[in-house]
Amino acid sequence: MADRVALGDRVADWIFPARGVEHGPVLLTQRRIYIVPTRQGWLFTVTLLLMLLASINYNLGLGYVLTFLLAGLGVIGMLHTWRNLAYLEIRPGRVEPVFAGEAARFPVVVVNQAGFGRLAIGCDRADAPLAYGDIAPRDATTITVEVAAARRGWLAFGRFRLFTGYPLGLFYAWSRLEIDLQALVYPQPEAGEPALPVAADLDGDSGHRGRGADDFAGLRDYHPGDPPRHIAWKSAARSDRLHTKLFDGRVGRELLLNWNDTSSAMPLDARLSRLARWVLMADQRGFDYGLRLPARDIRPGTGAAHLHACLEALATFDSRANGGQTGAVPGAT
Amino acid sequence: MRGFEPRPLGTGRVLALLGAIAALLLPHATRIPLWISTATGVAFAVRALFAWRGYGMPPQWILAALAVASAGGIWFSYGALFGRDAAVALLILMLSLKLMELRSTRDALVLIVLGYFLAITDFLYSQTIATALYLVTCVWCITACLVAFQYRSQQPRAVPALRASAVMLAQAAPLMLVLFVLFPRVQGPLWGLPQATSSGVTGLSDSMSPGSLSNLSLSDGVAFRVDFAAPVPALGRLYWRGPVMWDFDGRTWRAGESPGAGISGIDTIGEPIRYTVTLEAHEMRWLFALDVPAQIVEGSRLTGDLQLIAGRPVRNRLRYDMSSHLDYRFGLAEDAVNLQRARRLPRGFNPRSVALADQWRSAGASPRAIVQQALSMFRQQPFFYTLVPPELGRDSVDEFLFDTRRGFCEHFASSFVVLMRAAGLPARVVTGYQGGVLNPLGDYLMVRQSEAHAWAEVWIENEGWIRVDPTAAVSPQRIEAGIAAAIPDGEPLPLLVRTGNPWLRQMRFGIDAMANGWNQWVLGYSPDRQMRLFQRVGFSDANWHNLVIALMVATGVVLGALSLVVMRRLRRSATDPLVGAWNALSRKLATASPKLARQAHEGPETYLMRAAAAFPQTREALQRICRLYADARYGPAPSPTSAKDLARLVRALHLEAGGH
Repeated sequence: MADRVALGDRVADWIFPARGVEHGPVLLTQRRIYIVPTRQGWLFTVTLLLMLLASINYNLGLGYVLTFLLAGLGVIGMLHTWRNLAYLEIRPGRVEPVFAGEAARFPVVVVNQAGFGRLAIGCDRADAPLAYGDIAPRDATTITVEVAAARRGWLAFGRFRLFTGYPLGLFYAWSRLEIDLQALVYPQPEAGEPALPVAADLDGDSGHRGRGADDFAGLRDYHPGDPPRHIAWKSAARSDRLHTKLFDGRVGRELLLNWNDTSSAMPLDARLSRLARWVLMADQRGFDYGLRLPARDIRPGTGAAHLHACLEALATFDSRANGGQTGAVPGAT
Repeated sequence: MRGFEPRPLGTGRVLALLGAIAALLLPHATRIPLWISTATGVAFAVRALFAWRGYGMPPQWILAALAVASAGGIWFSYGALFGRDAAVALLILMLSLKLMELRSTRDALVLIVLGYFLAITDFLYSQTIATALYLVTCVWCITACLVAFQYRSQQPRAVPALRASAVMLAQAAPLMLVLFVLFPRVQGPLWGLPQATSSGVTGLSDSMSPGSLSNLSLSDGVAFRVDFAAPVPALGRLYWRGPVMWDFDGRTWRAGESPGAGISGIDTIGEPIRYTVTLEAHEMRWLFALDVPAQIVEGSRLTGDLQLIAGRPVRNRLRYDMSSHLDYRFGLAEDAVNLQRARRLPRGFNPRSVALADQWRSAGASPRAIVQQALSMFRQQPFFYTLVPPELGRDSVDEFLFDTRRGFCEHFASSFVVLMRAAGLPARVVTGYQGGVLNPLGDYLMVRQSEAHAWAEVWIENEGWIRVDPTAAVSPQRIEAGIAAAIPDGEPLPLLVRTGNPWLRQMRFGIDAMANGWNQWVLGYSPDRQMRLFQRVGFSDANWHNLVIALMVATGVVLGALSLVVMRRLRRSATDPLVGAWNALSRKLATASPKLARQAHEGPETYLMRAAAAFPQTREALQRICRLYADARYGPAPSPTSAKDLARLVRALHLEAGGH
């Protein structure tokens, strides 16, 4: 059976060649849907032939009726199976980034414009468990496929198959498609809590002073990405430069996570894992942290967007583009 | 093919499947040996318990051992593993064992397909309308199970599955009809001889003893139905000839060996009457025709005593065209050996009858006179026609003629022939059916077992074999008006044969007309009938080749229509009526003035302002349209009729040419 479908896929590829990633919604038109009998479908067919023989041999008028009724049922079942898939609209959903070693969850959004429900629509992507969804009339459902994200970087959902055997399971209808769906896989953070590089406190003081976090602690030059509410507007009015107010407490400490601080003896991915762990620790502890990679420099900042930017930089870090795995960071700013 | 790998089952679905298949097997329960029904019942109960409690299935080796034991049991009960009954029983047992392997949806699908096949085995035993309805219901439920096993949601529910199954079966019905009518039929059997399709059928047999026909008359079963091409002759003339009895042992008449073919000895008068007989299966080889048959049925032969004998026992309903002569003379040149046989009587039986006949013969009466004398004896002495005659002893004819004088047709026919033979006249008993009931609803004649009859034939020099019906002498009503009129009230005639209740009578005709249509068109739709139907609708050249073409065309047409039905509501209607109305307005404006073609960037408001400037007198109408469209399109609560209203307004809009 697998062979036949593989063959079917090959024939389908020949008739309807892979067109690469399709952007925007994909409508499953007639030409995109293929259908073959399942193993049960063949069993059913053979049974019908036996029933026909029995009807002929024993002159069973009602035998003919039943045989032909079931034959009709099979054909109608084929139409229904095909219809269950036809004119569905497939769109990519929003993929959340994951860490390597976790499962990326790819949401395939299926829109049903028809006046009837679509049941048991399956999504089959290689190396992933099958996921199913039902779609009410004129409604949409998200079928989420979990794919193990083994390596950092962009994980493309790739070519997959939307299929159904509903309602009778005697036929298998499918469509192969590739939509713009990819997950960002962050490097797997190193286990444990490796010591953070020494925090570069701007005011030369370390530790918590025990005063409230809102206590004003001074000004520094504005860096893009600083929270607007921390901009010293009054001083901006006086001078032509923007200054950022620094507050005491944790926020005040700035941390630079440098590629060069990781041992060059470690393999590339281990170094990225270390950095990923540091980024997470820094975020968790409320540091104002920056990331310095070969050819990539992220100014210190905080918040979810900043965290994502740092992890994305680590995820998409390309050693070749950066002049070699052990390439040192050019001198500090 | 991923997605079709085995999946675990739900308890509810397993129980539903067990129920549906059990219902399917139920009609078999009484036909198979008790141990098989019991074992099957236990298997279903055990599997249901396992499903309920969530137990695992028994190991393979137990099932293998049980399978071997089942086959052994079948061999012991039937003496074979094959053959119809044994195969059905084996199939049932194997299905019961398969239940114990029901672990995944894949197993369930195999069971369901097996269930479909078992449905057809019920038809081997019964093909009534009720059976058909019952099994279609079962197939509906089983198909619903098939649908339910395809559900992937958490809670498969029964009602949607039943609905989906009903919808698909209803859509399959037109295809079934096309295939049924046009699929080229092949005359079975393809292999072997089918075994009896119905056991314990009632009907005439090749022997007749006191009580055999009166017992038969208690049956309400239909023997055959007849369609006459012309008006039906008077009931009194309808003698349906069956087995002819030559040999008498003092109590029982037997058909014995029939004399060879003798159709040549018939002188007929006038045109034969034509009719079509639909004979029910009766497990014997007689075909019934009116006295005397003018042709033979294909595959049958006509014997010297005018019995129509089929090539093999009638095991399925059989339809044949016949023609008969009601006015005839035959057997003028009857063989002396046969005449001798027709005079033979066992010695030492019925001395009083023999003495009476001797007395007639020695009086020197002519054969005609002797016949008349016997008939007048029946007419004048207190003989009674009754379905419940008293028991008769060794000299049955003597006891009947001189003591009891109450009897059914076989008593009269038997004693009459004995008297004739004792008087030296060759005579024989003919059994068959007499009369029939005209069904006004279907315009055909029903002949039931209760119309079974026996009469006599006497051979007279220069006249040949002459039919004499002594029953007619005693009870002319029986012959002229049917058995219901002839039997006194209070005797145990089948309820439905009685004439009394007109409503009941009407219902009986209705039911039988339905059964007749069912027999003719569903069960009796043979290759021959298919070709004839084909010719009747105008295909002069009805052959297999044309039939296939007709089948293809009809299937294509029906399938196309069904596809339209199945695929409706598949896509959102191409144009929203609201947009349609709006486009109609744009077209109207553009036709009135080419400058007013709507620009792609124009919103409804700016566009209509431009139009209003061109046609100032329509400003108000255009404003209304604009408001309505904006409300319907973008408003928070559009009126449901807005599209219709808009279309109306657009139609009502009058743009004067040259108003620009």
